[in-house]
Amino acid sequence: MASADEIRAGLASILEEVADVKAEDVADDKSFTDDLDVDSLSMVEVAMAAEDKFGVKIPDDELPKLKTVGDAVAYIQSNA
Amino acid sequence: MGLLDGKRLLITGVITDASIAFTIARLAQQEGAQIVLTGFGRMSLVERVARKLADPPPVIELDVANTEHLDTLAERVREHVDGLDGVLHAIGFAPASCLGGGFLDAPWEDVATAIQVSAFSLKSLAVAALPLFGESGGSIVGLDFDARVAWPAYDWMGVAKAGLESTARYLARELGPRKVRVNLIAAGPIRTMAAKSIPGFNQFEDAWAERAPLGWDNEDAEPVARSTLALLSDWFPATTGELVHVDGGFHAMGV
Repeated sequence: MASADEIRAGLASILEEVADVKAEDVADDKSFTDDLDVDSLSMVEVAMAAEDKFGVKIPDDELPKLKTVGDAVAYIQSNA
Repeated sequence: MGLLDGKRLLITGVITDASIAFTIARLAQQEGAQIVLTGFGRMSLVERVARKLADPPPVIELDVANTEHLDTLAERVREHVDGLDGVLHAIGFAPASCLGGGFLDAPWEDVATAIQVSAFSLKSLAVAALPLFGESGGSIVGLDFDARVAWPAYDWMGVAKAGLESTARYLARELGPRKVRVNLIAAGPIRTMAAKSIPGFNQFEDAWAERAPLGWDNEDAEPVARSTLALLSDWFPATTGELVHVDGGFHAMGV
């Protein structure tokens, strides 16, 4: 089971690959859309990459609820 | 024995696994077809989604507004299959000004984009793919939303779909001598990424299940996919220029 720090670091590398987000900008209080400029299609790709990386299922209706990096870390930690 | 054994299909319009085209691709493989996908813009996303299919297909890039992409389409498809028996057109786009109200204010440049990408593109794709059809012809199927009436929120996309419907009839006329059939599926609302991006989509979505005599599940693209595969198969050999409603019967009801 991955720690919150490991998940956050994994998300950061996915965000960098998919949406050109700098790793140092990834923090729990950052909003994907407002702070990191990740649009809805990029979020779909981030979610698919996260599913592969962490072995978690992120349903389509769950994705819009993950507004911040912290939301995503918490979701992955409790569902992986 | 599958409905599409031996068929080679070019499938556009896959962007997520909720795309109608994704369900069409999945069922086409189940029914024995060999498929090639096209992707637009988010190629890494489309390739990732393609890997979710049972037999991950090749993905080639196609922007229907890009002349070079269109001119080279046939040779790029030929790198993967030796010809085509069918093409799915599942392509549409309208700038934000064209959707969700503001019909009276949308500027012509935006409307022109909607019509080029959503209607003219059927002609562009058909012409680009034509060299790949053999002597026995083939089938082109486009995804439509019934444009004979006005909808809330759908606005200039509805006008573009009316253009798509007319384009399909003219293509049927032009391509009939080549034995290429051109038909459209007028689908009921399905909750895809594209649909969810239309402000006010829920206005006609909610009414659908209630009015359609067969009912309607806006989470299930399979009825649309199955009917699309039927049109791509050999089982509609004398049908072209047709608009098939796959909408639970909604279109036939008054209220």
